[in-house]
Amino acid sequence: MELLIFYPLAGFCVVLALGVVLNNSPVGSAISLIGMMLGLAGIFVLQQAHFLAILQIIIYAGAIMVLFMFVIMLLNLKEGDDTGWIARERNLLLSVLTGLLAVGILYKISGILFTAEMDTPAILPDSFGTVATIGETLFTDFVLPFEVASILLLAAMVGAVVLAKTKLD
Amino acid sequence: MLEDSVPLSHYLMLSATLFVIGIVGVLIRRNVIVVFMSIEIMLNAVNISLIAFDNYMNLSNGQIFSFMVICVAAAEVSVGLAIIIAVHRNKPTVNLDEFNLLKW
Repeated sequence: MELLIFYPLAGFCVVLALGVVLNNSPVGSAISLIGMMLGLAGIFVLQQAHFLAILQIIIYAGAIMVLFMFVIMLLNLKEGDDTGWIARERNLLLSVLTGLLAVGILYKISGILFTAEMDTPAILPDSFGTVATIGETLFTDFVLPFEVASILLLAAMVGAVVLAKTKLD
Repeated sequence: MLEDSVPLSHYLMLSATLFVIGIVGVLIRRNVIVVFMSIEIMLNAVNISLIAFDNYMNLSNGQIFSFMVICVAAAEVSVGLAIIIAVHRNKPTVNLDEFNLLKW
């Protein structure tokens, strides 16, 4: 069952990620990115990480992408403002080298991954990835990082308001 | 056959593919919003790896790390988009090659 769901979902994610990079209009890129986030939420569910899947949908596909859309509309970006994905005609050589770099990295990684010796996967308890398990770990072992993250978010919020203000009083 | 589960290496391969797509997006696109979206793709690719290892080893730590990555991504996006708006006010363009305000 996992096999039947994983490969179409993975293909869907990769195609939409390519759509983000290759799309000419920023709105099209943003919509592809939302689709990719939803696909990734499905992959998280396959990995039994249900809580993370819900967070992915709420925070990424909800909050962050709304922010992206909002800024795209605010800046009134039009198609072709940066002349598409080959924006560096002057540097065609650089684009070709980037493509070669990408293929090279993928070749090396797949070479390592498919020859590596793997242990057998652990047996998962039924409670794996539930809110209760995650919350227990979060509030026992990781309570300090959790509090630091709240300060980080507060700082980011204040910073965003200050930066986007027209003039400081 | 159908109860076979997907090996860890395939999840890691998906993660690597998405990460490389993100790198390529950052390197070849010049639209600052699309570059930002490519960075989001890379952050998500790392999340897949963390969760796959987490599932493989029956730990909860990787999911907490992913949670922190999502937190940092939210903070980064809000500040980054505010910076884009502030720069756009002074110089109405989204082309990264024209953002040379800090260059001497």
